[in-house]
Amino acid sequence: MKILVVDDEKDMELLFEQRFRKEIKEGIVEFAFAFSGEEALYYLDQHDQEAVLILSDINMPGMSGLELLKLIKQKFQSPPPVVIMITAYADAESYNSAMNLGADDFITKPIDFSLLKEKLKIKVNGQNISSR
Amino acid sequence: MSFEPILLFFLLRYLRRTLNDFSPHPKWQKQLLWAQYVVAALFILTITLPRENLIILIWDIILLAFIVASFRIFNLAHVRQVLYAILPMVMVSFLVSLSQVIWADYYLTIEDYSDYFYTAAFTWMIALLILSNKQKKALLKDRQHQEEEAARIRMDAELKAKLEALVQERTLELTQQKEELQEALSALKQTQSQLIQKEKMASLGELTAGIAHEIQNPLNFVNNFSEVNEELILEMVKELLSGKTKEVMNVIEDIKANNLKIHHHGKRADAIVKNMLQHSRASAGKKELADLNALVDEYLRLSYHGLRAKDKAFNVALITNFDPGVGRINIIQQDIGRVLLNIFNNAFYAVNEKKKRQIIGYEPTVSVCTKRLTDKVEIRVKDNGVGVPENVMGKIFQPFYTTKPTGEGTGLGLSLSYDIVTKKHSGELIVETREGEFAEFIIHLPVGVN
Repeated sequence: MKILVVDDEKDMELLFEQRFRKEIKEGIVEFAFAFSGEEALYYLDQHDQEAVLILSDINMPGMSGLELLKLIKQKFQSPPPVVIMITAYADAESYNSAMNLGADDFITKPIDFSLLKEKLKIKVNGQNISSR
Repeated sequence: MSFEPILLFFLLRYLRRTLNDFSPHPKWQKQLLWAQYVVAALFILTITLPRENLIILIWDIILLAFIVASFRIFNLAHVRQVLYAILPMVMVSFLVSLSQVIWADYYLTIEDYSDYFYTAAFTWMIALLILSNKQKKALLKDRQHQEEEAARIRMDAELKAKLEALVQERTLELTQQKEELQEALSALKQTQSQLIQKEKMASLGELTAGIAHEIQNPLNFVNNFSEVNEELILEMVKELLSGKTKEVMNVIEDIKANNLKIHHHGKRADAIVKNMLQHSRASAGKKELADLNALVDEYLRLSYHGLRAKDKAFNVALITNFDPGVGRINIIQQDIGRVLLNIFNNAFYAVNEKKKRQIIGYEPTVSVCTKRLTDKVEIRVKDNGVGVPENVMGKIFQPFYTTKPTGEGTGLGLSLSYDIVTKKHSGELIVETREGEFAEFIIHLPVGVN
């Protein structure tokens, strides 16, 4: 399973690699990183539908995570990638606008990785079942 | 035939009219009118009676009595003049009549002379009456003139009173309007202060959101990397027990790297909190006289060399123009220094960003000039960098607003600078910019503020 992580914090790469090192070693997941919305769109264009799951920050310089979410949901429709928003903004407004734009889930920073792993399992399994 | 009744009749008529003109008196008017009727009636009655001479004498006596009475009652110059005019006539007639009645024989001898007396008295009467009439007319004219004058004065007074009432009315209206305006003004002022308060609360809300975001990001790393390290340590123990030294070393390297990240992000959170406190807490710095040009120069070097130290490739043309007339002004040096550092850093950042676009012929330039104006000094910092987009102009002084990538800017620099210049120094901080072309920050500091 390929996961694209979009965040302007460079250390996210190291963190995800460390946190998922067992899963990476076993070949269950594979990560790609983009440090801005623009970079993420470029990656998605280049690697057509490779990433089945996108984890995106909201507050980034340039294109915001919400704009990215909107574009992804417009552009890539068959099958739509699962998008989970990860943000330090824990307020209801951010949550609502993300959900209204079609986000599949919403988690807040600091990231609870055991919770994230649970969600990933459910999302991916659910998608596997529905796509069968 | 006697003239006395006719004379009396006209005298009465004259008296009535003159009184009417000069001092109206309803009681006398009526009585005089009655007297006229009585005289007329008596006259007709006496025509038929015999003893003409006696009747004439009686008329003369009545007339004389009337003249004397009039003289005493009516204290009017005209009336008296007329009485003087007719008095000799009446006297002559009285004497002639008296002599006819008493000394009928003797009368014949004076009859020849009586005509002379009559003529003289008549002439006297006519002359005096003409004179009196003239005077009366002149007096009446004068009176009329006076009355007209009085009427005019009265009218003027009325007009004046009207005008005064009007003025008072208008004044009242104006006062009312003034009060209404004043009320409106104080309401506006109140609304304004409420709006400012609201704005403050709103920026506090933004501040809170900013703080949350700024703190959560480093915390995310601190929490997660420390958890990872815990796992790694367990793993390391396992590897140690199974004697895989090489794997142990790898894990140790990871732990070390993670620890560095924990330390880095912990410090980042610390810096954010410190900046925040700086923003909210009033500085203890005191105002003192400082050489502004020297201060500007010092911080310009500080900023420039600070950036050069980080980035060897960084280079920019510096243009300075310091007005010696600026001299020493009363400022909190530390605070103004922070403002200058901030603005210089921003300018250098903006030109560096534009340089990255690799525009042919682009020469990064930052110019700094100071100028003494009448009641303030001006510092202008202009760069030919990327400029500020119009849609973010309203936000650049907001706390935690930054266009820089996360970690590079706190978003507090300009917000702090704005507070320092406007609140602590009662100055102005103005931005002029065109996106992609230039940005100019203008600081105005009043001179002689304590």
